Amino acid sequence: MSEKGQIYRISGPVVTAIGIKAAMFDVVRVGNEGLMGEVIELHGDKCVIQVYEETSGIRPGEPVINTGETLSVALGPGLLTQIYDGIQRPLEALEEKMGVFITRGVDADGIVMDQKWEFNPTVKVGDSVKPGTVIGTVQETETIVHKIMVPPKKEGVVKDIKQGEFNVTETVCTLDDGTELQMMQKWPVRTPRPFLQKYAPDTPLITGQRILDFLFPLAKGGTSGIPGPFGSGKTVTQQQLAKWSDAQIVVYIGCGERGNEMTEVLSEFPHLIDPNTEKPLMNRTVMIANTSNMPVAAREASVYTGITIAEYFRDMGYDVALMADSTSRWAEAMREISSRLEEMPGEEGYPAYLSSRLAEFYERAGRVETLSGDDGSVTVIGAVSPPGGDISEPVSQGTLRIVKVFWGLDAGLARQRHFPSINWLNSYSLYPASLDQWYRDNVAQDFPDIRTEISSLLQVESELQEIVQLVGSDALPIDQQLTLEVARMIREYFLQQNAFHDVDTFSALEQQYKMALAILTFQSEAKKAIAAGAALEDVVNVESRTNLMRARFESGYLEKIDGLVDSMKKEINSAVEAEK
Amino acid sequence: MTEKEYRTITDVKGPLVFLNKTEPVSFGEIVSLRLSDGSTKNGQVLDTSDEMVVVQVFEGTAGVDLDTGIRFMGDVFKLPVSKDLVGRILTGAGKPRDGGPDIVAEHNADIIGAAINPYSRRSPEEFIQTGISAIDSCTSLVRGQKLPIFSASGLPHNDIALQIARQAKLKDSDEDFVVVFCAMGITAEEYNFFRYDLERTGALENAVLFVNLADDPAVERLITPRLALTAAEYLAFEHDYHVLVIYTDMTNYCESLRQIGAAREEVPGRRGYPGYMYTDLAMLYERAGIVKGKEGSITQFPILTMPGDDITHPIPDLSGYITEGQIVISRELHQKGIYPPINVLPSLSRLMNAGIGPSKTREDHKSVSDQLYAAYAQGRELRGLVAIVGEDALNERDLQMLKFADLFENKFLRQSKDEDRTIEGTLDLAWELLSSINTKYLVRLDQKWIDKYHPTEKK
Repeated sequence: MSEKGQIYRISGPVVTAIGIKAAMFDVVRVGNEGLMGEVIELHGDKCVIQVYEETSGIRPGEPVINTGETLSVALGPGLLTQIYDGIQRPLEALEEKMGVFITRGVDADGIVMDQKWEFNPTVKVGDSVKPGTVIGTVQETETIVHKIMVPPKKEGVVKDIKQGEFNVTETVCTLDDGTELQMMQKWPVRTPRPFLQKYAPDTPLITGQRILDFLFPLAKGGTSGIPGPFGSGKTVTQQQLAKWSDAQIVVYIGCGERGNEMTEVLSEFPHLIDPNTEKPLMNRTVMIANTSNMPVAAREASVYTGITIAEYFRDMGYDVALMADSTSRWAEAMREISSRLEEMPGEEGYPAYLSSRLAEFYERAGRVETLSGDDGSVTVIGAVSPPGGDISEPVSQGTLRIVKVFWGLDAGLARQRHFPSINWLNSYSLYPASLDQWYRDNVAQDFPDIRTEISSLLQVESELQEIVQLVGSDALPIDQQLTLEVARMIREYFLQQNAFHDVDTFSALEQQYKMALAILTFQSEAKKAIAAGAALEDVVNVESRTNLMRARFESGYLEKIDGLVDSMKKEINSAVEAEK
Repeated sequence: MTEKEYRTITDVKGPLVFLNKTEPVSFGEIVSLRLSDGSTKNGQVLDTSDEMVVVQVFEGTAGVDLDTGIRFMGDVFKLPVSKDLVGRILTGAGKPRDGGPDIVAEHNADIIGAAINPYSRRSPEEFIQTGISAIDSCTSLVRGQKLPIFSASGLPHNDIALQIARQAKLKDSDEDFVVVFCAMGITAEEYNFFRYDLERTGALENAVLFVNLADDPAVERLITPRLALTAAEYLAFEHDYHVLVIYTDMTNYCESLRQIGAAREEVPGRRGYPGYMYTDLAMLYERAGIVKGKEGSITQFPILTMPGDDITHPIPDLSGYITEGQIVISRELHQKGIYPPINVLPSLSRLMNAGIGPSKTREDHKSVSDQLYAAYAQGRELRGLVAIVGEDALNERDLQMLKFADLFENKFLRQSKDEDRTIEGTLDLAWELLSSINTKYLVRLDQKWIDKYHPTEKK
C-alpha cells in the first residue's frame, strides 16, 4: 500500500482504485490527466473515488495518486467578487486556461496566490493569540474589511508581526513556538468550522421584500426553504434576497441550474448598488456556479464549498446570507453517486442518508459566538425544486423538517402573475416570537399586532372566498364585502411586489409598516363612513386610495405616504358628507 | 486502435453485452462487434474494470451470440465534422442516409461535449422573429435560448416547429438560420413530412438532418441528439453560423433512457425513469447559448409530447426546470380549429424581457404583452362563470373581456401555416383587438403608449 495506486474500475463518475493507501474523503488525482477526485468508500484494498471531472477515455491501470489532503477550500483575501465552480476553481481563471468550454485536468487556485494585499496588524509582539484571534486586517473590497484570523488549533505568543504588502502565502506573523501564519488558511469543506456557542436568533434579516419581512420573517442565523414548481419564481426570489438582504456578505450557490441564468446574475450583479452601502453589490458577494451540465460530483461538493466560505466570514463577525439554488439538484447529485455505488436506496431512489445530509447542511447555519468572542451569523436559504410542484417528495419533506421558515411558492399565483408568488395561506415562519421584541424596539411598538391583523384579514378572506364562489360577492353583507376589498388591497398593493421595477424592488421596513398601517386606516375609515351612511362603492372608489397604492412605484414614497393617507381620509369623509 | 478481437462475451442482456478477460479498456470507448453472419454493430463501454467490461450496443443486440467478436477502437465516440454536413441527411448514428458519400472530416469532435463555462457565456438578448403572433408577442424567443414545445399526441407541433424553422430570423435581417434537425424515434411518416417540407421550401440545403426512426434501435436514440448538438456546436462556434436545433420527440429519448436504465438494473427514480435524467437532459439542453468571442449561436427547440397531456409528468417537468420557458400547445384550441393552438397562459419565455423593448422590438411590447395576457386570462375565466350564470349577469367590463378572449383566439392566435407576421404587425393587431375594450379597463397599458398606439384614441 502506498500513496500511489492504480485504477481498477470506472463507471461514470465513480472510479475504484487498488493498491492505494487512503483515508475517507482524501483528495486523489486520477489517471494520466490527474483528474480531481475524492475517496468516498473503502473496501479492503479497494477504494471508491468520486471524480469531479468527466471520466471518459480513462482506463484501468492508470495511476491514482493520493494527495493526503481532504477536499478543502482556500480561505483568505481574494474570495469576494469571485465566481467559482463547485470545487472552488475560479471560472475566470478556467476561461483563461481552457477557453469557453470547460475541459478537464486543469487546476486553478481558489484565491490568487501572487496578488499583494495591504496587511495591517492588530496584535503586537508579546500578545498571546488563540484560534480565531484577529491578527490583522486587509481592506479586501471597498466595503469589506477582511480579518485575518489565527486558524483553529494554533495558538501562542506573537514573536514577530509584519505590516505592509504581502501575498496570501507569505508569513505575516510568527509565534513563539515557531508557527508561521499566513493570510491564507485551508479548511476541509465537509467539517463545520468551530465556534464557541450558538445563540438564539433575535434580529431579522431584512430583505426589502414585503411578504417576507412582514408576514414570514427570517432571522439572521436562521434557515428557510423555498419549494416551488418551475416557473413559480424561485430563482427570482433567491436573487432578490442576494441583492437586497441586509447581510454583510452574500454567498450565492447556483447548484445544478441553468447556464444562462448564472450568466444573467454574473452580468447583472456588478452593476447593482447595495442600498445599505451605496457600493456595488458584487463587493460583498461570492458566487459558486456549477451548472446542471457540469460534473455531478462537483455539484455535490458545491454546497459544502459555499457553506465553508460562509462560515469563514461568519468567524470574522459578519452576518452572512447563503442562498443555495437549488438543493434538489444537490440531492439528485447524491442520488446519482449513491446509485453508482450500488447503495440500497431509500425513497424515490434517493440514498437513505438524504435527510441526515440535509439536516447537517442546514445545521451549519446559526448565530454564534465566534472563537474570538465576536457575534456572527450564517443564514441559509435553500430553494427546493419538487417534481411536479408536489412537496410530498423526499427533498422537500427532508427540508421542511429542519428549516424554520417555509416560503411556499404557488404555481397558481404565478399564472395569475402575482409575484412574488408566495402563498400566504400555507407559508409560515417560526421566528416572529423571538423577533417581535426587535420590531417593537426598532420599527414600532404595535408592529406585531399590525402583522397579526393583516394575516388574519387574509385568513378571513380565504374563508369568504369560498362563499363568494357559491353565491357571488353581492350576496354578502356590506362589512364582509368591505373585508374582501381590504384583503384585495393587501394582496395587490402590499403582497405583490415587482422585482423588475427600480423602486418597488426594495421596500424598507418602515415603509412596509406604513403601507400596512395605511391599509388598516382605510379599513377603519371606510367602516366609519359606511356606518354613517356612505355607500360601499363610493368609499371604495375614492381616487386618493388609488393614488396611495399607485405611488409605491415612485421614489420617495416613504415621505409621501402620510400625506396620501390624510387625503384619503378626507375624501372618504367627504363621501359621508355628500351622503348627508 | 487495438486490432485484437475478443470472443469473451459472458452475458447478453437487452442492449448490454458483458465480457471478461480483456486488456485495460477505457471508459466510454467505442466498440465494434462482428457478428457470425459478418455484419457489424457499434457500441460503447459503460463500465470497465480489470475483470469485466460492459458494452452498450447502439443497434440493439439482435444476432449477438457468445461467439461475437469484439474489438475496442481505442477512442471515445466522435463525429466527423465539416462544413459539408450542411445539406446532408444522416442516420441516428451519424452515417449517410441520403445515399451521399461519407463526410470527409475536418476533424473529429467528441460527442459528449464539454460544458460551457458560465463565465464565458453572453446573455442572450437578440430577439428572433418567428412570424407567429402568439410566440412573438407573449413568449418572445431570443438567440441562444432553449424553448421547448410542450405538446401531446395528435396536436400539430410538427407544423409549428416547421413554421418556426422556415420563418425564424432576426428582426430586420434576412440572415437565415442553419437548421439542425434531430429526429428521435419518430415514424417514417412524420419523417417524410419533415423532409418533404424542408425540400419543398428549399430549407434542406441549409439543414442537417439526423434521423433515428421508430424502428431504429432505441439505444441509438441516446446518441442521436448528441451527434446533432456536436454538429450544431461545430457550425456555430467554429463557423459562426446561427443554428436552430429542433429535436423531436424528447419523450422518445427519455423512454429509451428508461429502457437502458432498466436493462442495466439501475435504481429507478420517479415513474421508472432513471434518477440521473435531469442531469442527462441538462447535458443536451445546456448546449444552447452564445459565448464570448464567437459570432455564432445555438438556439434549441425541443419538442416533447406530454404523456396523457400531463405537464407534471417527469419528462416535461424536468425539461421545464432546465429550459428557459415553454410553449404549451392546447388540445382545446386545436379542437376549436385554431392554428397554431398555442395557449399563452401556461407558456413562458424566461429570456423575453432581455430581448424586447425599444431598439429591440418596440417600446410598447412589454406593456401590450402584459395586457394581452391579463385580458385573455380574465376572459377565459369568465367563460366558466358564463356557463353557470349566463351572460346577462356580467357587467360591461366582464362582457368586454369575454368578447376579447374570443377575438384573441380567432384573430390573433389564428394564422395560416405560411403567414409570416412582422413583430410590428403583431403588435398593431394586438392594439386593434385591445381597442374593443374600454380604455379605462386596460390598466396594464401605460398612458403614453395609449396616446401613441391606440387605433382610436391616439393623439
